[in-house]
Amino acid sequence: MTSPGGSSAVEAAPYTVEEVCERFDPVMGLEVHVELNTATKMFCGCRNEFGAEPNTHVCPVCLGLPGSLPRVNARAVESAVTIGLALNCSVRERSGFARKNYFYPDMPKNFQISQYEDPIVFDGYLDVPLDDGSTWRVEIERAHMEEDTGKSLHMGGATGRIHGADYSLLDYNRAGVPLIEIVSKPITGAGVRAPEVARAYVSALRDVVKGLGVSDVRMDQGSMRCDANVSLMPKGATTFGTRTETKNVNSLRSVERAVRYEMGRQAGVLLADGTVRQETRHFDEQSGTTSPGRAKETLADYRYFPEPDLVPIEPSSDWVERLRAGLPERPWERRARIRSDWGLSDEEMRDLVNADALDLVAATVEAGAPSESARSWWVSYLAQQANTQGVALPELAITPEQVARVIALVSEGTLTNKLARQVVDGVLAGEGSPDDVVAGRGLAVVSDDSALTAAVDEALAAQPAVAEKIRAGKTKAAGAIVGAVMKATRGQADAARVNELVLERVGATS
Amino acid sequence: MSDITREDVAHLARLARLAVTDDELDVFSGQLDAILDTVGRVSEIDDDVPPTSHVAPLTNVLRADEPEPSLDREAALAGAPAAEEGRFRVPRILGEEP
Amino acid sequence: MSGSDTDALTRLDAAELARRVQAREVSSVEVTRAHLERIEAVERTGLNAFLHVAADQALAAAAAVDDEIAAGTVRSPLAGVPVAIKDNMTTRDMPTTCASRILDGWRPPYDATVVRRLRDAGLVPLGKTNLDEFAMGGSNENSAYGAVRNPWDRTRVPGGSSGGSAAATAVGEAPLALGSDTGGSIRQPGAFTGTVGMKPTYGTVSRYGLVAFSSSLDQIGPLGRTVLDAAMLHEVVGGHDPCDQTSIDAPLPPVVEAALAGARGDLAGVRVGVVTELSGEGYQPGVLAAFTDAVRVLTELGAEVVEVSCPSFTYAMPAYYLIAPSEASSNLARFDAMRYGLRVGDDGSRSTDEVMSATREAGFGPEVKRRIMIGTHALSAGSYDALYGKAQKVRTLIVRDFTAAFERCDVLVSPTVPTTAFPIGDRVDDPVSMYLADLCTIPANLAGIAGLSVPCGLAPEDGMPVGLQVMTPALADDRAYRVGAAYETARDAASGVPFASTVPDPAALETAS
Ligand SMILES: [Mg+2]
Ligand SMILES: [Zn+2]
Repeated sequence: MTSPGGSSAVEAAPYTVEEVCERFDPVMGLEVHVELNTATKMFCGCRNEFGAEPNTHVCPVCLGLPGSLPRVNARAVESAVTIGLALNCSVRERSGFARKNYFYPDMPKNFQISQYEDPIVFDGYLDVPLDDGSTWRVEIERAHMEEDTGKSLHMGGATGRIHGADYSLLDYNRAGVPLIEIVSKPITGAGVRAPEVARAYVSALRDVVKGLGVSDVRMDQGSMRCDANVSLMPKGATTFGTRTETKNVNSLRSVERAVRYEMGRQAGVLLADGTVRQETRHFDEQSGTTSPGRAKETLADYRYFPEPDLVPIEPSSDWVERLRAGLPERPWERRARIRSDWGLSDEEMRDLVNADALDLVAATVEAGAPSESARSWWVSYLAQQANTQGVALPELAITPEQVARVIALVSEGTLTNKLARQVVDGVLAGEGSPDDVVAGRGLAVVSDDSALTAAVDEALAAQPAVAEKIRAGKTKAAGAIVGAVMKATRGQADAARVNELVLERVGATS
Repeated sequence: MSDITREDVAHLARLARLAVTDDELDVFSGQLDAILDTVGRVSEIDDDVPPTSHVAPLTNVLRADEPEPSLDREAALAGAPAAEEGRFRVPRILGEEP
Repeated sequence: MSGSDTDALTRLDAAELARRVQAREVSSVEVTRAHLERIEAVERTGLNAFLHVAADQALAAAAAVDDEIAAGTVRSPLAGVPVAIKDNMTTRDMPTTCASRILDGWRPPYDATVVRRLRDAGLVPLGKTNLDEFAMGGSNENSAYGAVRNPWDRTRVPGGSSGGSAAATAVGEAPLALGSDTGGSIRQPGAFTGTVGMKPTYGTVSRYGLVAFSSSLDQIGPLGRTVLDAAMLHEVVGGHDPCDQTSIDAPLPPVVEAALAGARGDLAGVRVGVVTELSGEGYQPGVLAAFTDAVRVLTELGAEVVEVSCPSFTYAMPAYYLIAPSEASSNLARFDAMRYGLRVGDDGSRSTDEVMSATREAGFGPEVKRRIMIGTHALSAGSYDALYGKAQKVRTLIVRDFTAAFERCDVLVSPTVPTTAFPIGDRVDDPVSMYLADLCTIPANLAGIAGLSVPCGLAPEDGMPVGLQVMTPALADDRAYRVGAAYETARDAASGVPFASTVPDPAALETAS
């Protein structure tokens, strides 16, 4: 059965995004929850660790035992402010915690300690790079601190699903893990690009937070979760339509698909003169559709009030400025800078990124190597070695500094490219630093003329006929002598120098 | 000023997860009404007074991000009405997180 | 040991018991056994002050202290002295029930900070005392395990919510007890039972392990039969605790020193303010008479007494009965039958919501349900601004009134309660009349300041004890002990007998009848 609002789980969206946007303007609001990678939980000293044995990282505080009291994790506050600064937010001078009251078994106190009227950071924006190279500015409403819930395992009935389960088993290891909830302002005007903008925003957010090192932002592990609010308003209208909230859309691709599906579905409802129900919906990875959660008899009233067990936070401006000064460059800005610094084509840049070599090359350049040779080492010879070893490039047993050293040895003439590859092999084989290998394998180019001259005289004496030809001006014949010398020096001589010496010794005038 | 009906009490009881009886609805509606008449007097006071939520003059009380011992699982589950596979066993959950 | 020795030891105050134990004139085991015997004798008469008695642990703890003292180590000035603990503070070796069915038999996996400090100081926990369920009440009639009786008149309430701790201290079941005070729950039963009860400045005694009723108002404090005893216990449990982030990181005021100084009976230069709004109409004549006489005594001790007005106090009771229930509705949400405590109706077909609701319905008493619903209402979107929000503004006005008053006075005084202990059953069906018993004590909680109740004689009309309340600015708790001790000394000098020794002995009554 299909009621207006569509309660049947799998129904293809009746309209494409293009069709939708002929009649409607989409409005999106994205709420992203990021789990911080602090050592301990938000309000207690239990370890913040994914995948531990159930209920082994719990204590009176995160179990909500009677009498226990929360204690704010300083690192979590710092991470929240850092994220806010990276999103160009203002930091509130006086911010506080609040209780969000609702009953749910995975929440030990039956209230969540969160922030309400005074989030720690607010009013920011993120310039999101889109596929065509343009950027889209997403305004940030706020980001606030809160605690995660436990995890439930639904037993019996339909396997692992909440509906029809006989009972549930609760693990509170995740209860109290620090969360930052990042709330966007309504995103309007994206039109047909709305699904792409949604995906690109979440992707950009992930890159930024990853770059800050404050979260693993693993959507597959739930350390980054996205709720997508979508509504449609008639083209040109200014008042938003009724929105639906699609919860826990947990991959970048799903974000795009969920928005696309909701746009199509809502258009279908509206064009059939139905009304979109304000409700929570769920995204189904398989079908790529959303379906409504159980309708609530009344709209939730969370009865927020100031958390009496925790005191206000007043970040000092110099502390905030220290954090601001420590912010890293935005990932895509860095890529753009590198691309132009090294004068790379789009393809070259993409190969570099795809080969996971960007950071390695950058570090090699940092260590003094020219970007040209640094890049060729990593994407050709070293890439091959990684390939044959069957490991990712970053896992190769050689550091960018060592590669830079090899490059330096070549450019100063101590090594030929052929020798350089042997040195790299030595390093990969665990024979120590490039210089250790050069010494250990005795691979340095012979550049001592007296030694070479002796070798040249020997070769000339051994082949008097050839020496004659050269003396007669057939300088090309010198090649035979050079070859002999190179052979004698096991390739460690500089062929060009040897050639000069041959001509000198026979007194040829060339 | 206040006027608490049986329906109001039933609603509050639902929000507070109290399976109150019909008799209680009668008793409580009368009592809550009387209480709210008394406490409702606070509405008389001047509105532009700032609120006080904390009396102790404290700010920025924070804990270092250093692990402390957790309970061992037996202790954590000791008080549980039901436990299974190292987890708290609870009745089936209807409905998602609000 | 003979009954009379037992009586002798259980009549001694804590300071004297500590002196004798530490001088090895008597062992902590003997003192502890004497109190355990006293508990048995008195509880047999149906006083119902204790919910749990830990005889074996107590005797073991006492023996350990005796060994230490024999080895020359004295952990604290109260080492070896027994103490009773209100049953809303967590104890790993005793159940913690908050006098509620919903926590029947719950054994916490951790000690409250105050309990840990008692043990570290070598005090000997005797057991857990009765209270109004989750400390919600002023008569102890809201205990799921039966009302406590008032030793002065068994037909009357002992006050609440720390009625068990107060009654136990009054009759010598324990020389000392811990209580908690959210709107008067230490001072009011102190007044009703003729004991000394102190509510310290908010944030000076850790709440970690105190099962929360109203987090922004709750404060643990001591009960004793003398002002000095209360101060000595206060010093043991007080002071900063990182486990409670509302705990103030400052040295505790010198409370024991102040009690000793006060006992010398000189209050010259102390400015005492009598709060106009805390007397007059609705106050029992005998209470006003005893209070007026107490103020006269303070004047004779050299204090300079003035009248001060705190106009906003008329809104204190309404504000309190919005803030406390609001916080309680949230604090008590965790009692949901999922992780600990009672579970009712889990027949395999019912959902979590149904089991939660059935359990909370069966596990909570009527007063707790009333307050949860009032709080739920006060915080809901429709009424927040008009109720909870306004109550928080009242709180600001109360703070301002105190600030102004303390510019003119060092301490403020009032009767602790408008009446003496009322008959059991009198007010159970009329919550509002019950709430009036907190009229004089609530302002101190709303402002987070200190308040002490000292017995100031009996009301002629009913012969029940009356309390003198001494309030001080935040972190000036020592002033209350100085004034209280000075008054106490003058009071006993005037009557010729220590007031504490005039408490009727339920056990004696029993054997007589
Ligand atoms: Mg949230
Ligand atoms: Zn924990």
